[in-house]
Amino acid sequence: MKYPIDLHLNLPLNRKEETLEMLRRASELGYRSVGVPFPKRSRQNLANDIRKVCIDQGLDLVTRVDLWPKSAKGLIRDLRQLRRRFELVSVYCRSKSVARQAAKDHRVDLLVFPSINPRQRFFDLAEARLASQGLAALEVEMALLLCHTAFSRVHLISCLRKEVAIARKLGVPVVISSDAQDVHEMRGAIELVSLTTLFDMEKHSAWRAVTDIPMNIVERNRKKLSPNYIAKGIHIIRRGEECGK
Amino acid sequence: MRQMRKRYVALKIDSTQTFDEKRLTKAIWDKVYQLFGEIGASQTALSKINYDKEREILVIRCSHKKLDETIAAIATIMEIDEVHVAFQVIAVSGTLKALRKKLSNRQT
Repeated sequence: MKYPIDLHLNLPLNRKEETLEMLRRASELGYRSVGVPFPKRSRQNLANDIRKVCIDQGLDLVTRVDLWPKSAKGLIRDLRQLRRRFELVSVYCRSKSVARQAAKDHRVDLLVFPSINPRQRFFDLAEARLASQGLAALEVEMALLLCHTAFSRVHLISCLRKEVAIARKLGVPVVISSDAQDVHEMRGAIELVSLTTLFDMEKHSAWRAVTDIPMNIVERNRKKLSPNYIAKGIHIIRRGEECGK
Repeated sequence: MRQMRKRYVALKIDSTQTFDEKRLTKAIWDKVYQLFGEIGASQTALSKINYDKEREILVIRCSHKKLDETIAAIATIMEIDEVHVAFQVIAVSGTLKALRKKLSNRQT
């Protein structure tokens, strides 16, 4: 069964009421699963508390960490420390070296380009080629599109059109998420898919970008984080006494 | 000449303030015009059908070929008269009768 997933919901984790309101709204909008970024040094209790609230609202929580590394070395260090603590790792690429390292590193799930300046968006053919050989998907955050107006929005749409076309050409998966900071920035899956028409994304690809692709990423990572995972293609099926049965 | 196919869209308005239907329709038209220009806006064949102020549900009609563009324009509306507002598409249908049926099913 396909259902929409918003992989990026910026919950104000220190404000309980607003957090609850956003999760309630996500449920109303038809999402069954939400990705919530947690601080790098957050306690496991915090994620557990949010998970409880999510379950009450009928949502599945996907823990996520957003990395803003300054250099490729910093990215590798962060990945070594954090990869196994979160279900999803996204990298905000603010330099070409970080973008290239993130695209080729199999531990990175999502590549994000936060700038609206075309010179600081590094998703070109070389980047897409690296990403297509790895596991990283391109994440398009719709809050950027909603918050900017006039020429900045024009530039952004033009960049997104180019990036989505490159991703399609080289088979890099695209994920659409809201990146909502509050309730007013939250949009349903129909709205997110319709917004992709602004940068010429095909409708069936856009639906896959809010349903299948994020779901596949989450399932793949959950399998890897499971204690039964040994290596690619090798899982523990039974343990101890169960083996004799 | 073949008649243009239409789509009826029910929108839930989420805001702290209630707006009159003229203000809402104007906000939608402004956004469609801003995003797609005069030619694009004319192709949407947008019109207001009904507004239920109590339930805050606005029903609009548009061309089926420009449905996605219309919804995209509506989705980009963030505020009206400096008051935060968000439109949520709750049902889309080819006939008004089917749309009403969908809305009543949703209520129950």
